[in-house]
Amino acid sequence: MEKSGIVSYGSYIPKYRIKPDEIARIWGEDPENIRNGIYILSKSVPAPDEDVATISVEAARTALQRGGLKGSEIEAMYIGSESHPYAVKPTATIVSSAIGTNFDLFSADYEFACKAGTAGMQNVLAMVKSGMIRMGMAIGSDTSQGAPGDVLEYSASAGGTAMIIGRENVAAEIKATLSVTSDTPDFWRREGQPYPTHGERFTGEPAYFKHVVSAGKKMMEKMKTKPEDYDYAVFHQPNGKFPMRAAKMLGFNEEQYKEGLLTPLIGNTYSGAMMVGLSAILDVAKDGDRILAVSFGSGAGSDAFHIEVNSEIEKLHSRGAITVRKMLEKTKFLDYGMYAKFKKKLVLGDDVE
Amino acid sequence: MGELSRMWRESPNRYRLLGKKCGNCGRKYFPAREICPVCHRDSIGKMSDFELSGNGEIFTYTIVHEAPPAFSRQKPYVLALIKLEDGPMITGQVVDVDPDEIEVGKKVRSVFRKIAQDGKSGIIFYGYKFTLA
Repeated sequence: MEKSGIVSYGSYIPKYRIKPDEIARIWGEDPENIRNGIYILSKSVPAPDEDVATISVEAARTALQRGGLKGSEIEAMYIGSESHPYAVKPTATIVSSAIGTNFDLFSADYEFACKAGTAGMQNVLAMVKSGMIRMGMAIGSDTSQGAPGDVLEYSASAGGTAMIIGRENVAAEIKATLSVTSDTPDFWRREGQPYPTHGERFTGEPAYFKHVVSAGKKMMEKMKTKPEDYDYAVFHQPNGKFPMRAAKMLGFNEEQYKEGLLTPLIGNTYSGAMMVGLSAILDVAKDGDRILAVSFGSGAGSDAFHIEVNSEIEKLHSRGAITVRKMLEKTKFLDYGMYAKFKKKLVLGDDVE
Repeated sequence: MGELSRMWRESPNRYRLLGKKCGNCGRKYFPAREICPVCHRDSIGKMSDFELSGNGEIFTYTIVHEAPPAFSRQKPYVLALIKLEDGPMITGQVVDVDPDEIEVGKKVRSVFRKIAQDGKSGIIFYGYKFTLA
């Protein structure tokens, strides 16, 4: 049977960072408690002129460069985010124009908290497998919001990843994907509200762990695999602690999950979180490597992927597109005042912006 | 509405640095031109679309301290004349840098950024800016 899967990929993380110590200083919290509690050492902050559209375009362009592809070869575009710039006007329209896709294009924006990007991957994969399209792009991207002083403010960051999925020159075959979904009130944002709300007792066990661990187990049952059959495992990472615990619950060790664990350095990029981790793994993956990837979206659900890398990955590595780790080398740290200005927590008048 | 129409009309140029190449002399132009100012009538019907690479170097620059309202969160910011490796010279903002990091001759590459927005309910304008390569 013909292979279907990842033909190329690219990520973008904004350059600016803030440390939890600086946020804790403003709100009178103990920074040591925050660092130990959520294991986040810094988080990315979008520049004032960055949003989900700009982050998605940068990720998409890197994916095209890495694959040696043109925008006109992309036949479908799905963008998952919970911070689309418009309530009504798809980010996919802007991104597709910026990378030069054709007028004949399947496209939409998706929303499923932090797993909307991987839902897009499943959608594109299904279209490729059914023969509707030859190649499509799924993007997970966010400039997530945390209310000032709320625990989410320490983790909510910005970044995104574009995955090009097709059936020719596949570098990482998606052998299987599955999802789990339930109605769980762990986290939500009502229409018109600037910041999300979290149903605190639901955050851990009934939401993240139940869905991530179930989806991971179901995938291993489906593929008749054990944790030791995988070279890498990557999970949604709302903080640094949850994915490590989920990995251990599923039987994975640090060697398997450390490459894809980026939240301690960049925070929670929401729809981008698992996909940025997967991108970092693909940056170093070799022929024959197996990857288990599980996303999570509040509300709640998880998407799991069993991925097998082949020798085509070397061609992607050879094209010199920027890797996730390379991107993390150039950073600029902000104090809370600059962060508040950048994140528009300081509001200017209507006549100004 | 005039601004909206203009931005829409120019969006392929602003989003993808889409210029024109003269089929007669090979010169590249940005913004796009319908007639080559060197070849004149010889270029009629020979101007084709050309997507610029976005790579170039700083030819000269200025630091803007008195910014238009839409750039209030970004001042002071750098505005530069960029000599693109494809030929054209274009003006663009250089982002993600402190003004003291900027020098003539430094390599830059284009990035896709938000340029402005029409109030809280209007359209958002996107386009090219530059960052240090």
